[in-house]
Parts: sequence; structure tokens; C-alpha cells
Amino acid sequence: MADSAVHTTEAGDDPSRRDFIHIAAIAAAGGAVAAIAWPLVSQMNPSADTLALASVEYDLTKIEPGQQVTINWRGKPLFIRYRTQAQIDEAVKDDSAQLKDPESDAQRHKPGKAQWLILVGSCTHLGCVPTVGGGEYGGWFCPCHGSVYDTSGRIRKGPAPKNLVVPDYAFLSDTKVKIG
Amino acid sequence: MSGHSTYEPKNGVSRWLDQRLPITRLVWDSFVDYPTPRNLNYWWTFGGILSLMLGVQIVSGIVLAMHYTPSASGAFASVEHIMRDVNYGWLIRYTHANGASMFFMAVYIHMLRGLYYGSFKPPREVLWLLGCVIYLLMMATAFMGYVLPWGQMSFHGAVVITNIIGAIPVIGGPILTWLQGGFAVDNATLNRFFSLHYLLPFMIAGVVVLHVWALHVVGQNNPTGVDPKSKADTLPFTPYATVKDGFAMSVFLILFAVFVFYMPNALGHADNYIEANPLVTPAHIVPEWYFLPFYAILRAVPDKVMGVVAMFGAIGVLFALPWLDTSKVRSMRYRPMAKLYFIILLVVCVTLGFCGAKLPDDQVIPGLETFKVMDSDLNSFVWLSRLATLYYFAYFLIITPLLGLIETPKPTPETIASPALSHPATTPAGAAADAEKKG
Amino acid sequence: MLRKLTVIAAAALTLAAGPALAASHAEEPHDIAYSFEGPFGKYDQAQLQRGYKVYREVCSACHSMKYLSFRNLGDKGGPFYDAKYPNPNDNPYVKALAADIQVPDIDTETGDAITRPATPADRFPHPYPNDFAARAGNGGALPPDLSVIAKGREGGPEYLASYLTGYVTPPKGLTVPAGQYYNAYFPGDLSSGWQTDRAEDKKDPPPHGGFVAMPPQLADDKVSFDDGTKSTAHQQAVDVAAFLMWAAEPKMEQRKETGFAVMIYLVLFAGLLYASYRRVWRNESH
Repeated sequence: MADSAVHTTEAGDDPSRRDFIHIAAIAAAGGAVAAIAWPLVSQMNPSADTLALASVEYDLTKIEPGQQVTINWRGKPLFIRYRTQAQIDEAVKDDSAQLKDPESDAQRHKPGKAQWLILVGSCTHLGCVPTVGGGEYGGWFCPCHGSVYDTSGRIRKGPAPKNLVVPDYAFLSDTKVKIG
Repeated sequence: MSGHSTYEPKNGVSRWLDQRLPITRLVWDSFVDYPTPRNLNYWWTFGGILSLMLGVQIVSGIVLAMHYTPSASGAFASVEHIMRDVNYGWLIRYTHANGASMFFMAVYIHMLRGLYYGSFKPPREVLWLLGCVIYLLMMATAFMGYVLPWGQMSFHGAVVITNIIGAIPVIGGPILTWLQGGFAVDNATLNRFFSLHYLLPFMIAGVVVLHVWALHVVGQNNPTGVDPKSKADTLPFTPYATVKDGFAMSVFLILFAVFVFYMPNALGHADNYIEANPLVTPAHIVPEWYFLPFYAILRAVPDKVMGVVAMFGAIGVLFALPWLDTSKVRSMRYRPMAKLYFIILLVVCVTLGFCGAKLPDDQVIPGLETFKVMDSDLNSFVWLSRLATLYYFAYFLIITPLLGLIETPKPTPETIASPALSHPATTPAGAAADAEKKG
Repeated sequence: MLRKLTVIAAAALTLAAGPALAASHAEEPHDIAYSFEGPFGKYDQAQLQRGYKVYREVCSACHSMKYLSFRNLGDKGGPFYDAKYPNPNDNPYVKALAADIQVPDIDTETGDAITRPATPADRFPHPYPNDFAARAGNGGALPPDLSVIAKGREGGPEYLASYLTGYVTPPKGLTVPAGQYYNAYFPGDLSSGWQTDRAEDKKDPPPHGGFVAMPPQLADDKVSFDDGTKSTAHQQAVDVAAFLMWAAEPKMEQRKETGFAVMIYLVLFAGLLYASYRRVWRNESH
């Protein structure tokens, strides 16, 4: 915009000094626009109250062996599965199988708590909620596009690229778990 | 002014586009090469400032709407949510709330500039009318926006203003119910006000396009009110007007920032931080400062219907102004009599605003005993607003038409450049302007 | 040019001053030297902590603060902010304060209404189950929510502090209705209770102040301050008003800090544009 002004003067004026002031002004305007853009972008991030509600506690005594409960965590389903010994054995056996996203069963539960498998219940393909006990591996089956997970929540068949996600969680006691 | 286009596409792509959609040509002709009178003063920068403010309000408003809940039960809480929990929510809300005041401040200066320099006179009548339409839309938008936080002032302001419709004889009642979506201002009213508050700014933007279009057809007025006659009278819009507008905008933004960051609630009312309660009216109900003069006119008239007529009439006379003014001279710079009455009008408008903020029966001069005229003491704000209202209408309906017929204006310059040329530090204007063209 | 800008600024200030000049029939609030006044003012953290204690031990028996959560106490600029815990939900002191308070909840097993210790994410609980109960417990008057009261009252924290200690002996000739109290700083209308015997006094306007339903609450040593500050009624009022100001405007410090940077930037920007403007126009008359 300003450069049409720059070519208009008589000789004798140092052109670099003349340019500088216009360039600085335009750069400052650009900087201001960038600074204003940040709050406008940042406001779309989760607000403070949303972040504050991000962890939940759950009492595990309510779950029977072989059963799974689904709770709401950050607006998404969270699977808490009380695995039977047979299901654990099956998962450990497959540690050596050909896996799309290789992970051992031991990496997917807390040490000494192999019976408790806690997973984010959304398919790593496009986010549908897999049904428990479906598919040929006895784990989960996603009805949307046919992804099959085993009893460790690992992807075994279908379009999903990754294993079901294990969230951050900690055992507060033997029967109480805090997720997030 | 919309003469021959000087746009020359510089490369193949812009030539290709120019033959299919000459949008760069339009921008070039309107905002780069557009000839601008060389003598525009700082009062002319408020047009640019207003476009900036419209942009600020639309952008901050769209962002606020992402977090706001338009319901009677959730609106106040959602505003507090914005202020406390949303990232930079406080900044965005204070910008939007104070932005409205800044917008009105700029529009009033812009309108008064048009009044003083005769920018409404032929051939700029349509330009002026479009401006009046924008102002009306702004008032509607600001009023509905003020209702949205659902505080006590929001609610009772909405009650009072919607009840104005009830002043219409016979059909007023049903229309009021239709407008409120119930028998009182409630959830339905709030929800439709939110919808319209979101819609109207885009209508304003549309009328602004027409306003700028009309401006570019007839060309800008200037402080002398004399039409540009040669190239010596004008300069290209860019860089001359753009850099001046830019500087004025940055100064305006400093004032804006003082309000947003250091006195964000100074222009508001404490009562609006109390959640709406239909059962209790605040002790002292007043509109935002930019509506105070109209509020004073409304209260000045002792009759409900006539009060409403007077209030809308105060805006109505602005629409009629191009045909009320009989003067052959545009700028009041050469009309000493008109200048005097204009200054009185200015004082009267501020007085009306002051009266609007006061209780009608309070004394203007404390302790002074006078006598009762009609229904109130002469030393009261209601009488002050009556006198001011009379002058307001007299200015447009009597003084302006008469003055053009009886006054003797001072001689006006032949051209814009002629008084400017007497400026000591100037090279011959024609030469300078020609040099510009080559750039 | 500068002259014109001054005129614009003056006009703006005149217009701004208009609505603030509303007629008031109460005593002017005390002028209290709060630390958060002025363009660089910050909240005094110790004062906010004392104020929170006054709110918790006195006000919260009747007044809700429904827009505040316990986590807010640990927010930056808040009473219990600790730089070690940028996330207030992790602040152990805030957690402990929250756990002191029982909040209502639903037992997800049985569906019964229960109470449990609060977590930082919980809102301050309401002292009453609903507004009707609040009225019933307070002689028909509803104790207002205190979340934004410091912005919702003309005069802000100075008014609140003056009001809390403004229960003075009613002037002679003023009849105070049963269940109400005279407060010199409350903007009310006393005409109903104002009677003077002498005929020449009939024209006297009623005294300043108003009747309020809340009895005086603060008294010397009613709240014990952990930091050793002497607990006078005045000190309690000043501190709780500061706390309420923080509660109403928790982002004030952030706002002023951002404002300072913005002002510097804008002034430099305006200077650059002015230089650029002079350069562009230097050969043109105008």
C-alpha cells in the first residue's frame, strides 16, 4: 500500500530510511493483528470449568468378573472391564501374535491388576463405540466399520490403525480408581 | 467521480481474473486510485473508524455467541461463564460491550460532521439517507444486544422499550404480544432478540456497502463544501487517505483500550450485574448513554403516544434534512449564523443526554425555588428536557429552512486548492499531484 | 489536530459521566485505600484470605456465591494461589478447604440425595435448597447472591464495606419497622418512617440511608484471623469487601497487565503511523 508513496519524492532523500518507517508501520499493524488473533483462537480451547471436571473416581466393587461398565469421561465413553482369568490368558498368549500395533498385555494394565482393563471406548478408526464381547477375539467389535479388538483392547482386524487408548488413571485403593 | 478506471493488470493471472471478475479493479478504483479531496480534516477519518468498529463488533460478537446461552435461565450464568472460565472471555466480552459505546461515539461524530459541513446536501441525499438507515439499524442492534446479558437493566429496559409499541392505538397491544412472544418479556423475547442481534449487523454491513457505493458515485464532500474541479484538488486515496485514516484509527484504539482495560464497567450500570428479576424494577432505570437524549425526549412529553411520536420524530427529521435545508452553501465554515445555531444544537444534544440520566423531577439548580408550570416545577430536569426538545425540533424544522433564506454567507473559495495553495510550505499543487499519478 | 482530539476525549468523558450522576439518598461510602485500585493495582492475597474466612464463617450461612467454585480460590490472583500449582485443582490447600465443606450430590447407586465433601471442581454450595426456603429463613427477604455483588452495587467494595459497618443509631424521628434495621449507607427511601413533631420540620427531607432486612453481622473478634491481623468489625468489613471484589472480577490483574502491554504497543504504533503519515504528506498541502 505504502510503496506508491515511496517513489514520489525528489532526489536527495535516502530511500532506505524513507522505506523503513512505512515498513515498520505495516509490520506493527501485522503484529497487532496477530496479537488480536490469539485470544480469538484460544477462546475455542476448553474453558477452565471443562478442564476442572476432567477426572472421575469410580468404585470397582460394583463390577462382577467378566462384566464391563461404561461411564462418561470427558464426554466420551470409558470402558472398565473386569476380565476373567481365561480372558487374561488369551490376551497374554497373543502377545507373540502378528499385531498391527504391537503392545504386550502387561503394558495395557497396571502391574498386579491384570483383571482390570480401563480403556477409552471409542474406536481408533473414526470414533464409534465398539460393543463388548463382539468379534472373533472376544474383545470388542466396532459396528460402524468392522474393526475387531481382542480381550486386551488391541486391534486385530479391520480398518482401525491403533489399539483402544488406555487413559491416565491410578488406583487410589484396591477398589477405587481415579481416571484422568 | 466514477470516471475512467486506471487499473492495469500487472501479470497474466490478474489479467485473467480481471476479464472474468474485475474485483481487483473495483478495489483499486475504490480504495487506491480513488480521488480524495486534498483538504479532508480529521473529522473525515471517522468513516474508516466506523468500518473498523463494525468489524470489531462482528468478530467479537461471533466469538461470544460460541459461549452464550440465549435462555432466560441460562443467559446471566453463561455471561459469568464467559467472564470467568472461557479463555480470554473477559477480554472479548469487555471489547464487545465497550465497543458498542465506541461505535456510537464515532457515529455521532460522523453524523455531526455531516451536519456541519453540509454533507447531506445535493447530490449526497441518498448517501445521507443510507447513513440514517445504518444508524437506525445500529440502535436496534445495540438495544437487543443490551438485553442479552439478562441483568436487571437488560430486562427492564426491554420491558420499557417494547411497551413503546403498546402506545400505538388499537393494534399496539396485539403487536406488543407478538413482539414479546408472550404477555411479558421472557424467554421467547430473549431468544428472538439474540437471533435478531446476530442478524442485524450483517444487514448493517450490507447497507454500509451501499453507503460506500453511494459515496463513490457522488464523491466525498470536504471542509470547504466546494466540489473538486481539477486534479489539483484531489489526491489518490492510497496512500494519502489510508495513512491518515490509519493514524486516526490507532489513536481511537488507544481511547478504546483505556475503557476495555482500565474502566470496563464505567459506561455500564451496576444494576446489570444483578440477574433479571421480573418482580422488582431497579430504583433508577436509564438506558445506555447513547440513547439518553432520545430517552429525555420521550419523557419530556407528558402524553404517552405523543412522547413516542416525538422520540421517533427526532430521528425522522434527520431523514427529511436534505429537503429542509435551503442554503446554497454547503459548509458552515462560510455560514457564521448557521455555525452559531449548530453549536447551540450540540449543547442541546448533550443537555438532553444529561437530562435522560437524571430523575425528571430532580432540581437542575439545587435549592432554587421556582413555580410550577403545567405538571412540574420549572426548575426540574423535565422542563429542561422540554426546552431542549423544543430547540432540537426547531433547529431542523424552523431554523435550518429559514436560515438558508435570510442569512448572508461569507464568500466561498473558487476551488479546494485555492485556499490550500496559500499554505507557505507547498510546491505547486498540480505538479505534486501529477508526480503522484506516475507512482 | 491535538486540540481536536482533546475535544473528542473531553466530549467522551462528558458523556461517560452522565449516567454515573444518579441521585443518591445515602451517605457517601468511606474512601478505603484498596491495593487493587489504579492501573497497576493488585489484590492483596492476605486480605483475600481473611475475606474468604469472613465470607465462609459469617456470610455463607445465608448468602450463596453460585458462580464461584473452590478451584477459583487457587486461580492466579486468587486468595490461595500458589505458583507451585498452576492448575488450581491440584492445589492441596484448596483441596483441603473444599473438603471442609459438604456439598449435595446424588448417590449413583441408589439415587438418593446425599452430601459429600467438596472437590475443587465443585461450586460453592447454596445455604438454602431454594429461594423460597431462603426467604422463609430470613423474614421474607431474599439474601442476594454474592458472586458479582461488588460490581452489582454502585460504589463497589467501598460501598459494601461501609454498608457492613453502617448500622448506626437511627436519627430521632425515624421509626424503624419491626424486623428491619437502619443503615446509613443503604440507598433506600425512608419517607414512610420519617415523622417530625414540629411543624417547621415537616419540610425536612428524611435522613440519609435506608431500612435493610439483614441485621448487623460483623463484630470485633467474631472471626479470628490466622495472620495475626487484629480482627475488628471494620477490618472484617474491609477484607470481606475486597474478597467480594475479587470474586466479582477475578481477571482484574490479568486485565490490567494485558492493558499495560496493549497501551505501550498502541502508543508506539500510533507514533509510527504518524511518522509515516507525515512522510507521505510532506509535499502536500492540507
